Amino acid sequence: MTTAEKYVTAAYLVLLGAVLTYLVIIALKVGRLEQELADLTRMAREKLGG
Amino acid sequence: MSTWSRNREPFLLTAAATVLLLGGLALAFFWAPEDADQGFSQKIFYIHVPIALTAYACFGWGAWKALRLLWIGDRKYDLESYTAIHMGVIFGLLTLVTGSIWAKVSWGQWWTWGERQLVLFLILFLFYSSYFMLRYSTDPGPRRERNSAVYALFGVVLIPVSFLAVRIAGTILHPTIFTHEGANLPGEMLAAFLVCLAGMLALAAGLYRVELAGKRIDAQLRELRELLA
Repeated sequence: MTTAEKYVTAAYLVLLGAVLTYLVIIALKVGRLEQELADLTRMAREKLGG
Repeated sequence: MSTWSRNREPFLLTAAATVLLLGGLALAFFWAPEDADQGFSQKIFYIHVPIALTAYACFGWGAWKALRLLWIGDRKYDLESYTAIHMGVIFGLLTLVTGSIWAKVSWGQWWTWGERQLVLFLILFLFYSSYFMLRYSTDPGPRRERNSAVYALFGVVLIPVSFLAVRIAGTILHPTIFTHEGANLPGEMLAAFLVCLAGMLALAAGLYRVELAGKRIDAQLRELRELLA
């Protein structure tokens, strides 16, 4: 692998890494929102006496 | 916009981004000729420039939404402006990183302070990075929304300055591809570049939609929690 090829690969990996990191952040966020929604549903049921 | 199309918009945009980016990179690596001056390292151009233009587009979109907030007064534009600037900062950081890698392989240095375009882009990036400090230094409400909108609008002035500075003042190292006479590159390179640019804009639009939906759900859950408390 030439020096130029190494740097080009690094630049493309930066983009790929950013997209994958974003995917992980979104997955964590969806998990948190799911948990929060479950808590609120439970609170609403308790309030309504269900 | 109907619920059906709103729900499917992020999926359609990210699907379009995947197809366009993969297609654009295939064109860039297997069809577009190798640059006579820079050789293989010029292939970074096909992601670096689309990322930079996407960052400008996100900042511009954020400023447009900020203007709509100040003009119309609808609070939904605050979240839209904030999300667009959030995306712009991510793409701005990617511009700086990919640009530094290209600079190292082409010029032999990661960064140079002598290039106006680089310094102005850094200023633009730091300006919008400070947006978050301003936003979270005040309590949520109309005052924070107005201050954030005014700040977002001020920043957009830097975009044409950053974009035109290198053309007005001339440059030593950073190449100027798009001039008044048109694109200064062969047709195959231009075609591959345009497909990559379309892909990057679709990716940013898809991520914007996903992020906006997440922030809206977050806000609605917070409101629901307050109602149930």
